[in-house]
Amino acid sequence: MSGTDTALLEIRDLSVAVGTDEGTASILDGVNLRLTPGSIHGVVGESGCGKSTLIKAILGLLPARGRATEGSITLQGRALLAAGQKSAAQSARGRDIGFIPQDPLLALNPVFRVGDQLREAMWQYGMSADDPQRNQPRAVRRRVYDQRLVELLRAVQLPDPEQALQRYPHQFSGGQRQRLLIAAALACGPQIVLADEPTTALDVTTQLQILKLLRQLARERGLSMLFVTHDFGVVAQLCDTVTVMYAGQTIESGPVAATMSNPRHPYTRMLLACHPERSQELKGIPGAVPSPLRAPSGCRFHPRCPEMVADCQRARPEAVSGAARMVACVHCHEVAA
Amino acid sequence: MSAAPILSLSDITTVYGGGKRAFGGPRAEVRAVDGVSLELREGEALGLVGESGCGKTTLAKTILGLLTEKSGSIRLGGQVVSGLRPEAARRARPSIHYVHQDPGAALDPWWTVGHALDETLRIHGVRDRRERAARIAEMLMAVGLDTSFLSRYPHELSGGQQRRIGLARILTLRPRIVILDEPTSGLDLSVQATVLGLFNDLRHRLGLTYLFVSHDLSVVRRMCDRVAIMYLGRIVEIGPTAQIFAAPAHHYTRALLAASPTLTPGSLDDMPSLRDDPPSPTAVPSGCAFRTRCAHADEQCRVERPDLAAVTDTAHGHLAACHHAFP
Repeated sequence: MSGTDTALLEIRDLSVAVGTDEGTASILDGVNLRLTPGSIHGVVGESGCGKSTLIKAILGLLPARGRATEGSITLQGRALLAAGQKSAAQSARGRDIGFIPQDPLLALNPVFRVGDQLREAMWQYGMSADDPQRNQPRAVRRRVYDQRLVELLRAVQLPDPEQALQRYPHQFSGGQRQRLLIAAALACGPQIVLADEPTTALDVTTQLQILKLLRQLARERGLSMLFVTHDFGVVAQLCDTVTVMYAGQTIESGPVAATMSNPRHPYTRMLLACHPERSQELKGIPGAVPSPLRAPSGCRFHPRCPEMVADCQRARPEAVSGAARMVACVHCHEVAA
Repeated sequence: MSAAPILSLSDITTVYGGGKRAFGGPRAEVRAVDGVSLELREGEALGLVGESGCGKTTLAKTILGLLTEKSGSIRLGGQVVSGLRPEAARRARPSIHYVHQDPGAALDPWWTVGHALDETLRIHGVRDRRERAARIAEMLMAVGLDTSFLSRYPHELSGGQQRRIGLARILTLRPRIVILDEPTSGLDLSVQATVLGLFNDLRHRLGLTYLFVSHDLSVVRRMCDRVAIMYLGRIVEIGPTAQIFAAPAHHYTRALLAASPTLTPGSLDDMPSLRDDPPSPTAVPSGCAFRTRCAHADEQCRVERPDLAAVTDTAHGHLAACHHAFP
């Protein structure tokens, strides 16, 4: 593997549009994001900012009427999504990229044993891209897969892993179900794990256990992780770097400590100031996130921005980069840590 | 903060299950709320914090009168209102109202907002149509909406607006005590800040008393005068918010505070985390219920159940139920 400068996963100027009965909705607009090997990258934003669509685009799961209109997603130089496409001919889902969903109860089928569900991805893709088990008889493969699953369940610190495979989802607690899905995401030995708000439904004590586990797994297995959340507190605990999204645009990114202590984009500043820990008088940002059917021109935050000038409506602000940070705002001419 | 208690609970226990199955043996009894004593003072906001399954919502429903307590007494404004069947209990407590966790689900999707608000008042016996309209308009203004919302349907409202309607609906009944059950769950940061600001504003303007049920400690810290921490049906620590956050005495409170995410980037490795999940309420450990997850538990914790006691002589109203409490 190459140094930390090269991106494992690179998203360049990605725009995604979805056709609806009321017209074309521009869900993502010129998204840029780089995931370097071994790092945990947070994606923060309010609901409706395009976080989940970004995850779906990477997984090749865009909705039926969704298309990439511009830009690309590449995984180690291999195109996962190019302009005009819905998904690549061959998706990296499951094999190179694992996915941890938000609600473990929705993601697990209540009428099948956990073991059957966790084996499913491995039957589909094998244990890895060059899986020696692929040509083995079914019974042999199953035994090997079960061994691997027990190892994985031990790695995610689930009590009694051998028995767990025989049980049904309702026999586990919320935190244990999330551990099962982390094991499922790791089943085919991916390099990248995408997580979509995996701790939102959990208590803070369980959340901390899961975050520590993710951190530990990432370190031990050299995984890279894209962690989508709306909670800045979780980003501060877990992530190395962070991207802030607003209405389908990436507006600021950089190392967590620098971005949170010295946010440069007005939206990042205002959003952080809404946190109960920092809020002076408990006031939200005036206005609401615009509908993707009627996205504002230029910088999409301009209708709510107190620092708006005429240029903001005219064109999308150039992204300014420096010291591993990026800010897309007309008022920002240089960034340093 | 005035000292007069508007509501006081004394040794309240609420039980699920029990009795016998249709065929066969007895059904297990779950003590969801186990001997809780609590005072709510006029005009204060009391936070009720704990993990899911600790009995927060059961306690709220017992206070409201929707669940009947098995033992203990509840006094509202000096009068005993406990020991009644649910319907009579609800009627005896007209000044206590409840804002649902998900107000969107609590609104009928086929009814306009105006219809829903109007029905609330009709059920509570406000006969005069003009008075109903006046009260509704007044409370819509109070929560920052206007009468144009009356003709809208719940799906046309954003999450923040649904919460405002849920609150306005309760406020038309002129409550003195409002129970807010997870009032900010599922809201974005910006909307949450607006809604919290509204809660604060209304409390001071209308002289309300809040029981604020939440698991979000950063919100509780910001909103409440006092905090009560619950674990497996019991209150393990209670006291002024500033003292609880600055010097938590119970080991469970300490773990809860340590696990709560803050904006200061820190190393996950240094954070102490609790082992396992909380035990099932059907099999509460003997002695201190927290001992199975506590690093400081010893023989005394196994045998003897700790009672709430003053943490220090000087700390006013700060109580903890722990044999090895931090001073």
